[in-house]
Amino acid sequence: MTGRRTVVPFGPQHPVLPEPIHLDLVIEDEHVVEAVPSIGYVHRGLESLVDRREYADFVYLAERICGICSFTHSSTFCQGVEGLMSIEIPERANYLRTMWGEYSRIHSHLLWLGLFADSLGFESLFYNAWKIRESILNELEATTGGRVIQGVCKVGGVRRDVTNEFLSGMDKRLEGIESDIQEMVNVFLNDYTLKKRLVGKGILKPDDAYNLGAVGPVARGSGLCMDVRTSEYLAYQDIGFKPVTADGCDGYARCEVRCKELFQSVDIIHKVIAAMPDGDVAVSVKGNPDGEYFSRSEQPRGEVIHYLRGNGTKYLTQFRVRTPTLTNVPSLIAMLAGTELADVPQIVLTIDPCIGCMER
Amino acid sequence: MKMLKTILKQFAHKPVTTTFPAEPARHYDATRGHVVFDPSKCTSCTICMKRCPSQAIVVDRTAKTWTIDRFRCVICNQCVELCKFGAVSLATEYSVCGTPAERDAETFAITYVKPERPKKDAEDRE
Ligand code: SF4
Ligand code: SF4
Repeated sequence: MTGRRTVVPFGPQHPVLPEPIHLDLVIEDEHVVEAVPSIGYVHRGLESLVDRREYADFVYLAERICGICSFTHSSTFCQGVEGLMSIEIPERANYLRTMWGEYSRIHSHLLWLGLFADSLGFESLFYNAWKIRESILNELEATTGGRVIQGVCKVGGVRRDVTNEFLSGMDKRLEGIESDIQEMVNVFLNDYTLKKRLVGKGILKPDDAYNLGAVGPVARGSGLCMDVRTSEYLAYQDIGFKPVTADGCDGYARCEVRCKELFQSVDIIHKVIAAMPDGDVAVSVKGNPDGEYFSRSEQPRGEVIHYLRGNGTKYLTQFRVRTPTLTNVPSLIAMLAGTELADVPQIVLTIDPCIGCMER
Repeated sequence: MKMLKTILKQFAHKPVTTTFPAEPARHYDATRGHVVFDPSKCTSCTICMKRCPSQAIVVDRTAKTWTIDRFRCVICNQCVELCKFGAVSLATEYSVCGTPAERDAETFAITYVKPERPKKDAEDRE
């Protein structure tokens, strides 16, 4: 027997949501039949500022699209302008960008793991994850000058160099961090309560993931081997890269992918530091961008695309960002159909939503 | 068992948090803290005003003042890089907290004096 359908609003203010998104959940007997999303609560119109700031200054704005993937946004934007103007950046800058990109991936994943533990009421695990994240942020601050907004990318390279002695120090400290992460990940992957809340919840079949355009850990948690880092950008080709995937297609698989990516990132940083070439970190840039360019990167949450168009002046004429959360929302809707109402907050969190980034 | 060890460790541990601003915040040599202005070096060229991404700086050439709105400044280092005269620098300490009502934009009177043309030069021209 089916009950009557009711609509339960979820968000935009909800204890598990750090940022506002609204879902109208159509409920029948405590089961979600359909979820209707509405977005647009934090739209800032950041992209349209592009014709009022010089392209070199817009890097600072691009970085502020998101407070977590800030580094990747700035490097993707710089990559785009460099592509437009056919600038070859020095190898060392490429390696440093890779290193900082991976550090920010670790900090973003730790942040997500912490928030997720918090959403289950597992406070001590939350603090533990964020404690480890703090040591990653310290490394970022010591090398770039900023904890979360690094401000270190510029068109033509990077602003700051890191001495080789400091790099080897970072390499050593990372080992300690890795063992802390190992201890924490054990809890995430083996704890009874966490498993109860994750295994078999929010199923996204590989076909659905592919057709709905899932990216990042959401796609890889459904067994799709999709990662921009396998393509030709930054230093990933030189050091070899193989994406982490999991076949569970559920919330646990997505959590597993993120946990394993922590170790993968640590691994990449070790390799990058070992292979760090010497030389300059920036080239001087002359002229203005002309033409159009698609710049792609793998953010902690998935693939991000920056579209840029210039007309030969200091100001770009068009700038457009497609962030991973936006492409993951259709997958989220597919995941929510058929789940229990009590699981909705956790399932929403498993896509690692970043609404500020999505609405720009 | 492992948990017991963790719990016991916590008793002997000092708090990890500090009581900012009573205790200074931890920072590194690279930390971007706040903008420091040296009024004796600024030539009022207005480059910093034009290129500040958050439009935090206002340079008034007639009144000879240099104003920064600390609540707009995002401490990006751009003005430091662009100032050819070394009038702006970044300190590693964070600036004190407050609300816009308590802390208005800070204005500095520019005290830069154009150096006298070296004597020899002047003689040459005569
Ligand atoms: S601070 Fe530097 S850049 Fe700004 S007006 Fe003065 S001299 Fe020019
Ligand atoms: S640090 Fe950046 S935001 Fe602050 S005044 Fe200088 S240019 Fe403007």
